[in-house]
Amino acid sequence: MAGATVEEIKRETRVYRNVFLALAAFTAITVAISYMQVSFALALTLALLVATIKGSLVACYFMHLISERKLIYTVLLITAGFFLVLLFLPLGSYLGSTGS
Amino acid sequence: MEIPYTVAERPDTGLYNAKLGIWLFLASEVMLFGALFSALILLRTGADYWPHGADKLNVPLATVNTFVLIASSVTVVMAWASLRLKEFGKAKMYLWATFACGLGFMVIKAIEYGSKFSHGITPATDNFYATYFLLTGLHGLHVVGGMVVFAYFLGPGAKMWRTEPERYTNRIETCGLYWHFVDLVWIFLFPTLYLL
Repeated sequence: MAGATVEEIKRETRVYRNVFLALAAFTAITVAISYMQVSFALALTLALLVATIKGSLVACYFMHLISERKLIYTVLLITAGFFLVLLFLPLGSYLGSTGS
Repeated sequence: MEIPYTVAERPDTGLYNAKLGIWLFLASEVMLFGALFSALILLRTGADYWPHGADKLNVPLATVNTFVLIASSVTVVMAWASLRLKEFGKAKMYLWATFACGLGFMVIKAIEYGSKFSHGITPATDNFYATYFLLTGLHGLHVVGGMVVFAYFLGPGAKMWRTEPERYTNRIETCGLYWHFVDLVWIFLFPTLYLL
């Protein structure tokens, strides 16, 4: 990011506008999915898939994770590990206790 | 004593200090919202009946709010790009637009909450509304926090541009990273609470 030329920065701003258009389109898709007559499992999968795509666009382009320093990736990798434990440990414990 | 590495990158991390600091803070935020999402999943899977969000909540208003927050993410990143191009006037315009989007988001949220309260619906109504108010309320507090920071950088904090423009640019980048995270949380909250 540091030391980028004027042309490079202007190119980046065009990317930001395109990402915005993509995010707007994906939001419309998310709402459209909710009106489709599909099973809950399919609706959940599709909604989370679209949300993940949108989240990736924000993280990669707006938060510049597409070209970030190694240390940031390390921090995020450790966070992701703890996040998954936090998410699935209580669920696993609950499913175990109900015998499901 | 001068604060080190506010502009220059530290040789060992390759980052200026505030950037590493904000990423560590965002990591802690992931855990905060992660714990609440985990609680939501647990409550939902354990409940005999869980209402369909779209039947209980105002989807059109939340959709507008999603567009507002996405737009604010673009304006803040455009403000940062303008500062890198040394266009302070343009950057201020984009920062005002970001602030306005944050305000718009909160006004819409207040309308939504007002409608619920007027019908006697509160966090004590049931688990669905408890998680709805908790998650959207905490997210709303984060939006307000971001707006306070932007107001500071548009007001008294803007003086720094005249004396240390690169440091000011970095400050906008770091609070922009926070703002994008707030947008990111909403991207997952919106389908989870309102549409499923």
